[in-house]
Amino acid sequence: MKIFVYVDHFKGEAQATSWEALGLAKSFGATTALVFGSSVDDVAKAALEYGADEVLVADDSALLDFRAETYASTLSALVSSSTPDLILFPTTTRTRELAAMSAVDLNTNVITDATAVEVNGDASSPLSAIVVTRPIYEGKLFEKVTASAKPQLITLRGRAFPKPEKVAGKTGTITKVEAKTDALTTVEGYSVADVGVSLNDAGIIVSGGRGVSNNPSLQPPADLDDKQAEIWRAHQGFKLVGELASTLGGAVGASRAAVDGGYIPYSNQVGQTGKVVAPDVYIACGISGAIQHLAGIRSAKLVVAINKDPDAPIFKVARYGVVGDLFQIVPALTEAFKKKLGK
Amino acid sequence: MKIIACIKQVPDSEAKIKAENGQINTGDSPLVINPFDEYAVEGALQQKEATNGTVTALCIGSESAKEALKHALAMGADNAILVSDPSLNNMDTVGAARVLAAAIQKIGDVDMVVFGRQTLDNGSGLTSAQTARALGWSLLGLAGQIKVQERSVTVERVIEEGRQTVKANLPAVISVVQSIGEPRYPSFMGIRKASKAEIPVWSLSDLGIAAPEAIIKRSELMNPPARDTSVEIIYGESPAEIADKLADKLIAEKVL
Repeated sequence: MKIFVYVDHFKGEAQATSWEALGLAKSFGATTALVFGSSVDDVAKAALEYGADEVLVADDSALLDFRAETYASTLSALVSSSTPDLILFPTTTRTRELAAMSAVDLNTNVITDATAVEVNGDASSPLSAIVVTRPIYEGKLFEKVTASAKPQLITLRGRAFPKPEKVAGKTGTITKVEAKTDALTTVEGYSVADVGVSLNDAGIIVSGGRGVSNNPSLQPPADLDDKQAEIWRAHQGFKLVGELASTLGGAVGASRAAVDGGYIPYSNQVGQTGKVVAPDVYIACGISGAIQHLAGIRSAKLVVAINKDPDAPIFKVARYGVVGDLFQIVPALTEAFKKKLGK
Repeated sequence: MKIIACIKQVPDSEAKIKAENGQINTGDSPLVINPFDEYAVEGALQQKEATNGTVTALCIGSESAKEALKHALAMGADNAILVSDPSLNNMDTVGAARVLAAAIQKIGDVDMVVFGRQTLDNGSGLTSAQTARALGWSLLGLAGQIKVQERSVTVERVIEEGRQTVKANLPAVISVVQSIGEPRYPSFMGIRKASKAEIPVWSLSDLGIAAPEAIIKRSELMNPPARDTSVEIIYGESPAEIADKLADKLIAEKVL
């Protein structure tokens, strides 16, 4: 089986799931990493250090910004000439579009969000069958699927596969391949947010819900109307959530109620219409636990619930629970961790 | 401007969904317009208003999917078209994209096609990009804001790392995210109009294409592994004591 791994990066910063994909690919056999972009030597070298046997690089100033159409054309051309059996991708906003478009070019299709990949039969044979497990209905069910066309394109869910050890200084062949640069879109600019740790890669997530706006002891500035005062209160609540997250090196999440309330941008939303996450620890603060939210955190290894309502459904999925006032418990927890973890 | 909003009908997000004997059981929960696609209709209606255009809601599905199209009509879409064919029961996303592309070409003179970010059922989020590729049009994915000027469109893409401004010529395929704005509620007049609407149904022979063959096939359906649900409630005399105990528990779990 001939295996490619597409290494996704943003301005030279590789997504951690790319390395998880390399680790999985290596368990099947020799692996070629693909790196597209402009001046991406460092990403290519890192791919070798994370286990790639060789790297194919499409390096062109026209590939400086990710654009689905140029990246897909580059990938499709490369696949047509070197006929891999399997291409693994990390699941990101970019790879979803890239793999989707290449699949149309190559008369195949993409299996997204894989949480398990089994090879039945001899992995060295191109005829080996690959069975992929993935969540559907936002994690309420799982399905096993197979693809009947080659190459098989599979995007891996973040943190579903172990990240391989980096072997510093490991070298290998880096070969330039042709970039396809016919573009339909123009990237005019970025406003890169300081999003901190991304929810997809986070080992620890601290999330806030409707409850973060309910601190009665806070007196909002007098010139705010009711809605503005609610949002002001919620921002104070999310400050506490954020402090706990940063103490633990984690990401900040939110329930749909908090996003709909205008407390925090939707990109922080976990569950149903937000992100499905898989952290080691998920700390839910003032989140009651709607069925959609619980589906989104089903892959969390351990859930901690802090809520003043002892009947909140979130306690049904929690390992540890605190029935109490999050405005007292969360800052106390931040202090306790600072002391115990020496931060 | 002629705008298409592509929608799908899915089980309600509140539905308790179980795998039973290899089949999906959604209980007695209703089928609704995919919640992400309500944002697509909202985004399309915003552009209709900005450009004095029209919106056609387009859906692949069975007869029951007319209800989802009626929701789009009630929100303010001008027309609706259902593509329905028994041979489409097991199509995958590339198949859906080829069917949608054929329908969009049959409608003709389309300037913009708007999708939601993903569907609630399959959730792969591939169809918008695949439809763009099948049409040979540009894709502006994950737009939180859309601005049309003459024959060009600029969107603000919401990506992991922040926001990205991308421009393309029309026609274009756009997928939208929640930042586009809360979907409007159907108006009383809209609901009345929708209830009376005759929705044309196109078959694959109307589109002049053969049934696409599914490349991805399901071999097994599973309920998620049961979670150990015994919760240990942490008690204490003070928040500090509770926090102290909880921190010790989490450190002992070696998960930090």
